[in-house]
Amino acid sequence: MGEAIVQLEGVTKVYKLGDVEVHALRGVTLTVNRGEFAAVMGSSGSGKSTLMNILGCLDKPTSGEFRLDGKPVSRLGSDGLARIRNQTLGFVFQSFNLLSRTTALENVELPLLYADVPAAERHKRAREALGRVGLADRVHHHPNQMSGGQQQRVAIARALVTNPKVILADEPTGNLDSETSIEVMTLFQDLWSAGITILLVTHEPDVAGFAGRVISMKDGRVRLDRAQQPEDARQALARAVAQREQEQAQEQSQGQAHEAPHAQESGS
Amino acid sequence: MTGLQTIRIAGRALMRNKLRSFLTALGIIIGVGAVIAMVAIGDGAKAMVEQSYAAMGSNLLVIMSGTTTSGGAHGGFGSMPTLTWDDLTAIQREVPAVQYVAPQLRTNAQVITEEQNWSTSVTGTTADYFALRSWPTASGNTFGQSDIDGATKVVVMGQTVVDKLFGPSADPVGQMVRIRNIPFQVVGVLARKGQSPSGQDYDDGVFIPSTTFMTKIQGGLKKFLQGTIMASARSADATAKAQRQITGLLRERHNLPKGTDDDFSIRNLAELASAQQEGTKTLTTLLASIAAVSLLVGGVGIMNIMLVSVTERTREIGLRMAVGARRFDILTQFLVEALTLSSAGGIVGIASGLGVAHQLAAHFNWPLLVRPQIIVIAVGFSAVVGIGFGLYPARKASRLDPIEALRFE
Repeated sequence: MGEAIVQLEGVTKVYKLGDVEVHALRGVTLTVNRGEFAAVMGSSGSGKSTLMNILGCLDKPTSGEFRLDGKPVSRLGSDGLARIRNQTLGFVFQSFNLLSRTTALENVELPLLYADVPAAERHKRAREALGRVGLADRVHHHPNQMSGGQQQRVAIARALVTNPKVILADEPTGNLDSETSIEVMTLFQDLWSAGITILLVTHEPDVAGFAGRVISMKDGRVRLDRAQQPEDARQALARAVAQREQEQAQEQSQGQAHEAPHAQESGS
Repeated sequence: MTGLQTIRIAGRALMRNKLRSFLTALGIIIGVGAVIAMVAIGDGAKAMVEQSYAAMGSNLLVIMSGTTTSGGAHGGFGSMPTLTWDDLTAIQREVPAVQYVAPQLRTNAQVITEEQNWSTSVTGTTADYFALRSWPTASGNTFGQSDIDGATKVVVMGQTVVDKLFGPSADPVGQMVRIRNIPFQVVGVLARKGQSPSGQDYDDGVFIPSTTFMTKIQGGLKKFLQGTIMASARSADATAKAQRQITGLLRERHNLPKGTDDDFSIRNLAELASAQQEGTKTLTTLLASIAAVSLLVGGVGIMNIMLVSVTERTREIGLRMAVGARRFDILTQFLVEALTLSSAGGIVGIASGLGVAHQLAAHFNWPLLVRPQIIVIAVGFSAVVGIGFGLYPARKASRLDPIEALRFE
């Protein structure tokens, strides 16, 4: 086993909703090693979002120990957590969360702004990150000038730009069509093979299939935790593209068959 | 994050909603502009009052003789001649705080030239009168001691009288006029002095030697001075002292025992002037306070818009927190936005306030007076408004829970 980067030990989380106590996590013990690509699965209410918030240092556990990159973070203050989020973690959200009317470059630079990186180096690193996600030619585009897949890739570049220890992706394909989803998953697999640790939350088994490990949550506990042979996203993409093209070709030939009589009429 | 970056981010956020930012700043523009314009107008009015009192003559005391009672009807001051020519000389000689003293014998008479005539006030006085009222001649000279001694028939004219008798641009020095059918030679024309605070035209009058007045115009009582004595103190501070000294001297000369009333009265024009200046000062304060209220309303506008902005940008705040913004970063970002709005409004407000003040000053023919400290106060106040009213929305933003904020629709 490699070096542990995320360590959870008996982590619980209790919310108070009025008088009712909601046990979102009921003792989660989990270790993720450097270089792993793990998918966290579960239906809504299983506690996977709460787990993600705790892993993302956006929330604190009620009890239990959480060590990130060997450091205990359960007892850090809000500024300390902000620093961890800035330097150790990278976030990818379902709804992209890009700043509108702001160029891709500036969106990617955002975390570096809060890390006090000088302007010249910020530009350089943001350009590199955009190059890594294949958007070197979209540097000055605004989010509304880009497709959903491109926007999500900008968001991934933003997560990458600080060279984080872990990338946390919360339903990153939730707002994308299936082909674009697979495209984004190829990118995650590329990052994985480059050695980046990725934790991905999803409720789609197809998407979880691209990860090397699946952690299933139910009722605030880990129910299943197993390594798997990941599906190759690139091959899946090729298959999906081939299928779409075939369908399009069929539609086209049907359409032409329908149009043919009209063409004759107009010609005479 | 550096200050410059924070300002750039704030500027960009404001530019995204140009019209909204402008309208929000407009509240401050109007507020600051109103304060600057109102204070400038008030100061201009005050300067006008000061000018008109300066025209009257500075540090003046008017000494009037006592009252008389006949058949139960009390006459006013001056109805009973108690002041003597010797009193005048004594004041001149014995009161150190007094600089100039001059008699003022007054009547109304028709002044006649070959073609025109004009009814005006005729004042019999001495040469010191013109120095006392700091009233120079525009042409010719005033009469001197020899004219007093010889009771010569010379006259010094005010500009209004010259305008009426000889035409606006004429120089009548050397010409003859008749007053009560007695020919007088015009020896000088006084510079234009304008109006008194009560609207009386200083320039509508002619001046002749006091001796000539008594012998030719209105027979005097020889020993008694049938009019008032004007005296000027050496400085503004000395007027009260001069008043005390003159009172003491006259009581002694008139043999008034302790406990009896004065048989004369002294009016202090400097006191009158300061009372009127106090009035304009109150007016300025009032105007400025009303303007300050509009500045406060502008501040409420900023707070309102910042609160809307925080709600609108909840997700952005959540995202910034997720990528590593500390609460302090969020706080300063929104605070700087509010501050940028208010100080930009302040700068434009100063410019428009000065413009309005300039226009009004030109319109009312007032001097344009802008105290630099008012500008500093206005800028400071608008900054305080920006911080004061921006703080609550900024705090609200910085206290958001990043999880909730990211989920906000």
